Amino acid sequence: MSVPEPTLNSYLLLSAVLFCIGTAGVFLRRNLITILLSIEIMLNAVNLTFVAFDRYHGSVDGQIIVFFVMTVAAAEAAVGLAIVIALFRHKETLNPDAFTSLKW
Amino acid sequence: MDAVLFWILAAVMVIASLLVIGQRNPMYSVLLLIVSFGALSGLYVLLGAPFVAAIQIIVYAGAIMVLFLFVVMLLNVPTEDPPTGYHARLLGGAGPRRFGAVLALVLAVELFWAFWRYLQPAPMPAGSSRASATVLEIGTKLFKDYAFAFEATSVLILVAMVGSIVLARRETK
Repeated sequence: MSVPEPTLNSYLLLSAVLFCIGTAGVFLRRNLITILLSIEIMLNAVNLTFVAFDRYHGSVDGQIIVFFVMTVAAAEAAVGLAIVIALFRHKETLNPDAFTSLKW
Repeated sequence: MDAVLFWILAAVMVIASLLVIGQRNPMYSVLLLIVSFGALSGLYVLLGAPFVAAIQIIVYAGAIMVLFLFVVMLLNVPTEDPPTGYHARLLGGAGPRRFGAVLALVLAVELFWAFWRYLQPAPMPAGSSRASATVLEIGTKLFKDYAFAFEATSVLILVAMVGSIVLARRETK
């Protein structure tokens, strides 16, 4: 088999690609839900880095951090979606450009 | 075999994530993100972390994404608004959006440069047979070394629960 064996760098590169996709999603999309989904992509890219380093060093601390990241992500998703629902109730739109009351 | 699986799963993940941000309908975005998380869970198994793989499926794909699906269906906004009005031109116009895309691209270039420049190829240690001990290890460490963080997390969850109910509740006077 001539497929190159995945090294730590392969995992880090994959994680970087995913993080950039998430960043681009936050910048490019005009839908609050898709922006939250892009944030989830970024969180998962970081989780992949944690688990890859954890495997590289042969410890379990990385997996515990991933556990905490997932918990915080769940809390963030719940509160974020509640805010999205409240915003939608005010203006009947999910376009983030519609919510500019706090902008100077 | 593991190498082939890695590249397949990585390709599935990248393509699914690209499609997530390429969709105008958030419904398809959420479903594609579940595909991406399934592939990520496979990568966790390859990395010898079956516990993380399991909670990736159960918590992420099973709970968080269902929450997203629930909200998408509740709000029922199948497509994105086209940019209109003064504020849309100011923030969502072609110029600033292109600027944002360029910033994301710069981040990508920076990350790639850092990885190629400063990291020698680091092969993973061989053998992934730590699986049976991992869950025991994680549990012991979680409740010993990380006990305070664990308890703080439970308070965080409680705050998030109360907060989301207060935020999403319809105001009744």
